[in-house]
Amino acid sequence: MLEMYREKLAKKMKLNERSVVHYATCDSPADHAGFLRKRVERHHHHHHHTTSYHRRWFILKGNLLFYFEDRDSREPLGLVVLEGCTVELCESAEEFAFAIHFEDAGAKAYVLVADCHVAMEAWVKALSRASFDYMRLVVKELERQLEDARKSLAACHKSPRKLSSGRKRHLSNPALPPVQEKPPILENGYSTWGSSCTPAGASCCDQDGGFSKPPPLPPRRRSAGGSLYIAPTSGLSLTLQESPVSPETACFSKLHHWYGQEIAEVRREWLESKKSGEL
Amino acid sequence: MRYSERELLSLSRQPAEKAAEILMRLPKKGSVLKKRLVKLVVNFLFYFRTDEAEPIGALLLEHCRIAKEEVNVFSISFIEEPDRKYCFECDSEEQCQEWVEALRRASYEFMRRSLIFYRNEIQKMTGKDPLEQYGISEEARFQLGTHKQ
Repeated sequence: MLEMYREKLAKKMKLNERSVVHYATCDSPADHAGFLRKRVERHHHHHHHTTSYHRRWFILKGNLLFYFEDRDSREPLGLVVLEGCTVELCESAEEFAFAIHFEDAGAKAYVLVADCHVAMEAWVKALSRASFDYMRLVVKELERQLEDARKSLAACHKSPRKLSSGRKRHLSNPALPPVQEKPPILENGYSTWGSSCTPAGASCCDQDGGFSKPPPLPPRRRSAGGSLYIAPTSGLSLTLQESPVSPETACFSKLHHWYGQEIAEVRREWLESKKSGEL
Repeated sequence: MRYSERELLSLSRQPAEKAAEILMRLPKKGSVLKKRLVKLVVNFLFYFRTDEAEPIGALLLEHCRIAKEEVNVFSISFIEEPDRKYCFECDSEEQCQEWVEALRRASYEFMRRSLIFYRNEIQKMTGKDPLEQYGISEEARFQLGTHKQ
């Protein structure tokens, strides 16, 4: 009997806990946070029918829900992996209760209680959208939309002359680094903007003001001909047709490469036209 | 920190982005390379003994660095302990490269940044926020950087 117990203990699945704790407690933005009461699940010897709740501080980051003893605790008490689960309002004596249920019947459900209706709704919404698959769906949808937008812009771009003036305007300051429009080099939260390697989150994104601003656009891009990405030359219009963006593939690295190529091409042409005295 | 093995176990049984038998070495001193079944599911990398159905461990792939080491070898390390490396030796340079690319794209945070990038680009091209039609423009999840609790 003791053997079996020991064996069971020995087999606990390892997790890179230190890193997970770091992820939970670092400055990277949370998708939602707040106090919730968590129902205590009693397994065996308590046969009485009263249930109890513990008030915990919850933080949602991506598909992970962490709970802390208190708001200023240094380490989470626990983690819930929000994959393969559904979030539903609860039939409960408690008002504002909802539950996280797993498709795997063996995985125990969590019953959580919010302080008010608004908080409950916000949590249910946030948790319902927390799965990796949901995020993936939205990304694929936007990839598709981006390709559509690019195609329709390419189809209606005006004469080369008009667009080259837009290009000139953008490149009027040759001191601009050619990779300014480049999307960030991304690596699992080690987001590097060129060389420096800083912790992921708000801090590193601030290095590139243009990208870190949420929509709407920075002023200088509001031009009729518009975008650096629609090039007037035939060389580049060929590139446009073979857009790497397609709904079938997760091709962000290709997109990144494609932008880099495009910028290199535009820059080369600018340098050539400068040489031939056209500017 | 408490976590449910059951949740991880059922996740490990989901269809994988990528799976292969690879030699793996833990960052612990004196560790040797051992053949493991390595399986990438969402932002977790599970590793199994090759003849077992349940993983012996899982790595959450957030705030990590995937680095190419010597020939056929790549490593995973985490931001708060950059010298502590999980090493993986592949059968070929090609396989190694494939894993490096797949693992770099595996984090939730990477996906979030891709989404924000696309959102921005579409906005620039069309003047419209593509998330508006789905009623999710204001979701914290889709904003960049400044949302803190």
